[in-house]
Amino acid sequence: MAEVSLRKVVKHYDSTPAVRGIDLEIADKEFIVLVGPSGCGKSTTLRMIAGLEDISAGEIAIGGQVVNDVPPKDRDIAMVFQNYALYPHMSVAENMSFALRLKNVPKAEIAARVDKAASILEITDLLARKPKQLSGGQRQRVAMGRAIVRDPKVFLFDEPLSNLDAKLRVQMRTEIKRVHQKVRTTTVYVTHDQVEAMTLADRVVVMNAGIIEQVGTPIEVYHQPATKFVAGFIGSPAMNFIPVSLEASGDGLRVRLTRELAFEVPTERAARYRDFVGREKLLLGLRPENIADQRGALSAGQRVFQIGIDVAEPMGMDTLVHFTANGAEVCGRVSAHASVRAGESCTLAADMAHMHLINDLSGRVL
Amino acid sequence: MTQTTLTDFRAAPPAGSTRRDRRRALYWSYFFLVVFVVFFLTPPIYMLITSLKTSQEISAASSPWWVFDPTLRNYTELLTSSVFLTFMRNSAVISLAVVIVTMLISIPAAFALSRMRFWGSATLATGVFLTYLIPDTLLFIPLYKIFAWLNEVTGIEFLNQWWLMIIIYPTLTVPFCTWIMIGYFASIPKELDEAALIDGAGYFQTLTRIFIPVALPGIIAATIFAFTVAWAQFLYPMAFTTSTDQLVLPVGIVTTLIKGDVFNWGQIMTGALLGAAPPLIIYAFLMDYYIAGLTAGATKG
Repeated sequence: MAEVSLRKVVKHYDSTPAVRGIDLEIADKEFIVLVGPSGCGKSTTLRMIAGLEDISAGEIAIGGQVVNDVPPKDRDIAMVFQNYALYPHMSVAENMSFALRLKNVPKAEIAARVDKAASILEITDLLARKPKQLSGGQRQRVAMGRAIVRDPKVFLFDEPLSNLDAKLRVQMRTEIKRVHQKVRTTTVYVTHDQVEAMTLADRVVVMNAGIIEQVGTPIEVYHQPATKFVAGFIGSPAMNFIPVSLEASGDGLRVRLTRELAFEVPTERAARYRDFVGREKLLLGLRPENIADQRGALSAGQRVFQIGIDVAEPMGMDTLVHFTANGAEVCGRVSAHASVRAGESCTLAADMAHMHLINDLSGRVL
Repeated sequence: MTQTTLTDFRAAPPAGSTRRDRRRALYWSYFFLVVFVVFFLTPPIYMLITSLKTSQEISAASSPWWVFDPTLRNYTELLTSSVFLTFMRNSAVISLAVVIVTMLISIPAAFALSRMRFWGSATLATGVFLTYLIPDTLLFIPLYKIFAWLNEVTGIEFLNQWWLMIIIYPTLTVPFCTWIMIGYFASIPKELDEAALIDGAGYFQTLTRIFIPVALPGIIAATIFAFTVAWAQFLYPMAFTTSTDQLVLPVGIVTTLIKGDVFNWGQIMTGALLGAAPPLIIYAFLMDYYIAGLTAGATKG
C-alpha cells in the first residue's frame, strides 16, 4: 500500500525521447490507467516505475521513498505482463510462490498465501497444472495471482488483456476490477484500449507523444477533455471535429459550419467563447451521441437541422449515420427506429449543450 | 509443390489424387531412406562381422559378409587387457570432465552474452563463434609450443599427460556450446527474466532457477555435442600424448593394435565398436529426453 509520485520524469533512448517530462501523483489504493496510442510512452513510464528501465531525468518515488536507483526486487512491486511471462517449467502454485520462496518465507505461510490468492481468482483447482495446460484467461489469472500473492505496494499491469480474444477480454476486465475491489492496492495499468481505461480507472492518464495530455476521472476526460487529442482518443465512435467560424448574433454567439448551417451557442457557454469571435481555425467538437434524431421535445441545447445522409450503419441498439459538414466527415447516433436511409435527407438535432470549441492550432479545448 | 497446389485449385482433381500423390511421396522417401541406411550402416555392420572372426578367418579368402566360425575372443581379449581398459578410462574421465568444464563455462557465458547488455557484448558473441571456425589442425602446433613453454616456466609437466586434454578440448567445445546456448537463451522471452527480476531473483538465481530449466533441451544438445567431440578427438591426443598409459581410446587402438605393418584387424574392429558404443548409448538414452524436453518445456508461457 503506497502512493507513487513521478516528478519531471524523462526517458530517452540514445537521442530519441520516449517520455518527455511527466508529473503524476498516484494516491494510495488508487487505480490509475495510462492510456494512449502505441509509442506514446505509457509502457516506458510503467517500466520505469517497475525499475526495468533507467530514468534519464527526474524522480520516481514509491511510498515516499525515491526509487531511482533501487533495483526492481527492492521496490516491492508486482507486474503482470502482456504475454503473462509465466515460468513454463513451474506449476501454477510454484509460479505464484516463486517470489516468496526466493525470500525464504516459511512454507506454511507460502501455502496459506497461495491458497488465499487462488481462491480470490478461483484457480484453486489449477494449482498443480503447468502454464502449458492453461487457457489464455487462466494464464492471465495465474499472472495476477503471482502478483497478489506477494502483497506488494504497487501492482503494475502492462497491457494484460491484449492477448485475449474480445469476449474473454471483457470478462477479464470485470475480473480485474473485482479483484481490485477485494485487494485494495495501488495499481498502475497500461492499455491502448480506451474502453478498458474508462471502465477500470479511478483516474485516467491520457498520454501522447511522451507527455501527459490530461489526468482525470473517466467522466472528466470524457466530458471535459483538455485537448483535441483527448477529445478524439476517448470515446467510440470518436468525437466529430467540424471546422467552424464563431460569430456574434445579437446577444449570443453562433458557430457557423456552412453558409446555410449555423448553430446558436447556448447562453451559459457564450461568455466563455466571446473572446474567440472571428478567430481562424476553430473546430466544433461534438460526440456522435449528441447528434441524434429528434425524440420528443427538444432540450434547451438541441438545434435541429436537415442533412443528406451518406452512410447508415444499423448497430441494433441504435444506428450510426455519416454525413459531411464543411468538408468534415461527421458521425451521428440515431435511434434504431428512426427512418434513415443512405442518400436521403434527414432531420437531426445537435445538442450544443455538449459542444466543445477547439483551437485547431494549439490543440486546446477552449 | 506450388505447382501442384496451383493445378489442384484450377481444375478440381479426380478423387483420390491426393492419396496417390501422398503414396508416391512415401515411396520416394522410403527409397532414399533405404539408400541412406545402407550407406551409413554398412561400415558398422562390416566392423561387427569382422570383430566376430578369428584372425585366420579374416585373412582367409572367404566371404567378408559372413562369419563361419564366430568367436568372442577379440572381445574377451580386449576387455581383459589392462592397456585397453586404461584407454577406456582415460577417454571416459576426459570426456566427462570436458563436458562439466564446458557447461560451467559456456552456460554462464551464454547467459551473460545474451542477457546482460554490456559494452562489446555483441562483438564478443560473434567473436566466440569465429573462434569455433578456426580448425584444430591450425591450433595444435601453437598449443604444443605454449605448453612446452609453460613447462619451462613453471616446471610442471604438461605434455604427455592425459589430463592436459581436459584443458585443451574446451577450446573446441566452449565456443560452439556457448553459441548454441546463446541461441536458446535468446528464444526465452525477455519478460520471463523481467518477471524473475521483479520477483526478487538476482542474475544468478534467474540463471539457475529460470534459464537452465527452461533451456534444458538446449543444454542437453550442447552436452551431447561436447561429449561427442571430446570422446572422438584424435588429433590433439595424438600430438600431445605418447606413453601408452596416457593414451585415449581412438589413439590407443591405432598405436597399440597396429604393430609395424601387422594390422590386428579383429581387435581393431572390436576396439572401434566398443569405442563407438558409449556415444551411441548416450544418444539413444538422451534423445527421448531431448524430444520430451522440446515439447513440454516450450518457452512461451
